[in-house]
Amino acid sequence: MTVARFWRNIPNRYNLIGTHCTTCGEHYFPPRQMCPICRRDGKIEPHKFEGKGEVITYTVIHTAAKGYEMQAPYNLAVIKLDEGPSLTGQVVCGQEEMEIGMRVRSVFRKLGEESEKGMIYYGTKFVPE
Amino acid sequence: MKVGIVSYGAYVPRYRIKLEEIAAVWGDDAKSIIGGLKVKEKSVPGLDEDAITISVEAARNAINRGNVDASRFGAIYCGSESHPYAVKPTSTIVAAAVGAEPNLTAADFEFACKAGTAAIQTCMGLVGAGMIDIGLAIGADVSQGAPGDALEYTAAAGGAAYIIGSSDLAAVIEDTFSFTTDTPDFWRREGMPYPEHGGRFTGDPGYFKHVTSAASGLMDKLGTKPSDYDYAVFHQPNGKFPQNVARKLGFTPEQIKAGLVVPMLGNTYSGSCMIGLAAILDQAVEGDRIFMTAFGSGAGSDAFSITVTDRIEEIRDAGPKVEELLKNPIYMDYATYAKHKGKIKV
Repeated sequence: MTVARFWRNIPNRYNLIGTHCTTCGEHYFPPRQMCPICRRDGKIEPHKFEGKGEVITYTVIHTAAKGYEMQAPYNLAVIKLDEGPSLTGQVVCGQEEMEIGMRVRSVFRKLGEESEKGMIYYGTKFVPE
Repeated sequence: MKVGIVSYGAYVPRYRIKLEEIAAVWGDDAKSIIGGLKVKEKSVPGLDEDAITISVEAARNAINRGNVDASRFGAIYCGSESHPYAVKPTSTIVAAAVGAEPNLTAADFEFACKAGTAAIQTCMGLVGAGMIDIGLAIGADVSQGAPGDALEYTAAAGGAAYIIGSSDLAAVIEDTFSFTTDTPDFWRREGMPYPEHGGRFTGDPGYFKHVTSAASGLMDKLGTKPSDYDYAVFHQPNGKFPQNVARKLGFTPEQIKAGLVVPMLGNTYSGSCMIGLAAILDQAVEGDRIFMTAFGSGAGSDAFSITVTDRIEEIRDAGPKVEELLKNPIYMDYATYAKHKGKIKV
């Protein structure tokens, strides 16, 4: 990931900043600049998600991508936030604690790093609530 | 103008290693080490935790506890001796993560184990001078100890954050006093992964001289004595030093009991004294007086005299207490601990 690409997404990664359509009430994460429901009638504004939600499904990654080998095995889940949108995120806990439907809350963690001398990527992960 | 603590928050990673496990690897006598250090287990950072993530979690706990608008922060100072970047501030990442950007000043502090209390003093100065509304002072570390070194038995992970202001105070900081000398008791050179120390030299010329001098200096300045305080907390590199220094100064075991978190946590370096203070604030009531003295190798001590206000009752339960943060630990063996601490290179 380039430095600029990471930097552009800092508000979303650090604080789950998405968007909200005040016309229909729909929330979006990642943020959308246009409401696909209301189209030109939609009014979009930034929205900070509470960071609480529910695990819809999950998998345990044993064969990790480059840069994540030391973290394996780790839990990767689809999480439905209480405001509506779903996102993919890591749930930091033992495999035995994972179950579909479990409540989770967001935490601030290291997501990865470019290399030993490169940039460190921080952002949001989840833990059992 | 009264200056003090608007809110506070602590954070401790969930992982622990027992000292027996470390002693078994190095062939040491666990009983004698635990008896000598008066530490049973220590916290270990997660694979994805460092001084920045710990600072952010502690700061968010402080902000939520005090229901503070983060855009009010005029300064954020992060004290640590394990900043993940040599160049690139921890404090800017914390500022972004707590929603305090962009109208503030920020910087990282380093003074071994007392960088966090130095950050508190700096915020006190800025608030007292009317330069800022409120400031955020953090002490957090994922401290290093070389494999097999005495430090490995205590070097732990954790941190605490204090919001310093002049209104809505949960505790008033009446005064502070520092004692600083050039004493090479402990150091880590640029680029080196582990610190070096002077062994027993860290005791009398380092810890005890500085803590007693700063503590006595503050009590002389204020005209107070140990019996005027309900609680006392001192830097906790192990369980023995703070108990001995408390006795030397005339504080009783009852006064230091609430803030003595090291036996089940280890030495969290920049977080040590500040987590101890958080544990005291978790149970103190209006009017209680707290005496705190931090110590940082190199060397210096910062002493504080604090009085709790009635606002403590309003905010206390809105954040996790230190006792709760120490509950439900996940214990690990030495091999997993070595992986978590980056001692295994692949």
